[in-house]
Amino acid sequence: MAMGRTFGGRVLSTAVYLYEKVFRGIPLLVIFFLIYFGLSQIGINLNPLTSAVLGLGLRSAAYQAQIFRSALNSIPEGQSTAARSLGMSKLQTIRSILLPQVLRLSIPGWSNEFTIVLKDTSIAFSIGVVELMRQGRYVYVRNPEMVLPIFLLIAVIYFVLVVSINKSLGFLEKKYRMKGFELTVER
Amino acid sequence: MHMLEVKNVHKRYGKTEVLKGVDFTMDKGETKVVIGPSGTGKSTLLRCINQLHPPEQGEVWLEGVKITDPKVDINKVRRKIGFVFQDFNLFTHLTALRNVSIGLEKVLKMDKGAAEKRAMDELKRVGLEPHANQYPAELSGGQQQRVGIARALAMDPTIILFDEPTSALDPELIGEVLEVMQSIAHEVTMLVVTHEMGFARNVADEIIFMEGGVIVESGPPKQMFYSPKHKRTGEFLGKIASLYGEE
Repeated sequence: MAMGRTFGGRVLSTAVYLYEKVFRGIPLLVIFFLIYFGLSQIGINLNPLTSAVLGLGLRSAAYQAQIFRSALNSIPEGQSTAARSLGMSKLQTIRSILLPQVLRLSIPGWSNEFTIVLKDTSIAFSIGVVELMRQGRYVYVRNPEMVLPIFLLIAVIYFVLVVSINKSLGFLEKKYRMKGFELTVER
Repeated sequence: MHMLEVKNVHKRYGKTEVLKGVDFTMDKGETKVVIGPSGTGKSTLLRCINQLHPPEQGEVWLEGVKITDPKVDINKVRRKIGFVFQDFNLFTHLTALRNVSIGLEKVLKMDKGAAEKRAMDELKRVGLEPHANQYPAELSGGQQQRVGIARALAMDPTIILFDEPTSALDPELIGEVLEVMQSIAHEVTMLVVTHEMGFARNVADEIIFMEGGVIVESGPPKQMFYSPKHKRTGEFLGKIASLYGEE
């Protein structure tokens, strides 16, 4: 989508622009309700899980496109000019020169977006997906005195998942860091 | 047949006409230097030749092929036209060696081993063999520009276009780049936009003086420096010479 917005023709880039605007402008809960309850009114019946996956995916795609596009814009235009001057096609330039840099530069933003998606799965509770929150509910409905420990446990599970995934993405970021871009100020 | 023929090239950006009909030719092995005040279309001329910015009017012929023809596969043409940039424009995510070999691999479809061997030879040619595995950000400006020259040389181009190759460099780094350029002059055909009058006088076969989007005068360095036909040529060269400390 980021490539389409930057390199696509007017139609493609406008389509991507509108998509980004719409899905970044609507709360996730509204997206879920639109897909699950709204679509069923016009005969498209999706089960709760499919609706949740679709909703999260559509919204996250809009945010991720922004992340990749900002990475793309940070690469000096001269590098594309140089690649084209060597005789690379537009596609070769994107694949060999731009994409490897875009992916590296996107890791921090992407890691951020990933944690948001992971945590927002809890909102799927609202349309009846059996996710972590609902599992917890099954337990505390039967044992009301367990409410606090159960929510604490849920919090810890989310926290551990998020932190460990951020750690591994941080590791990737270090591994594929571009040499010479480290901050070398010592004080 | 000349190797490169530029015929009546016109180029405008918006309302400003930058090139107002430029004609010249180049033969194999020649070095020509383009000089002139800023904003007279010197860089635009280079970009019109390799079609980064195609001219609106006029023709460019390379080895008997009319490359301004939209039907020509421009990517095939560009591999024969080297380009060295003012800001180097190296690929930041690749080592010096990979910067030179990537064109061989992706454009000329050489296999990786052969491409890197060839790239190493070119790095030797510009004296950067010890820095082959360093990234652009780890190299000095002069070294980066030499990688840029090696990258252009590696493609074995018919001609290399230099767009103010030393303008972004500290004075003490200019020398190493000019030395490399001097060492390859007459091995490859070079069209150089520069303010380095020493290079123009010692290396160029011909100096082209441009102003206001046209070629005012061109000729061998001796004639241009000592007996220019146009008053403006003399004035410009005099001003540059005093600025850059040439006698």
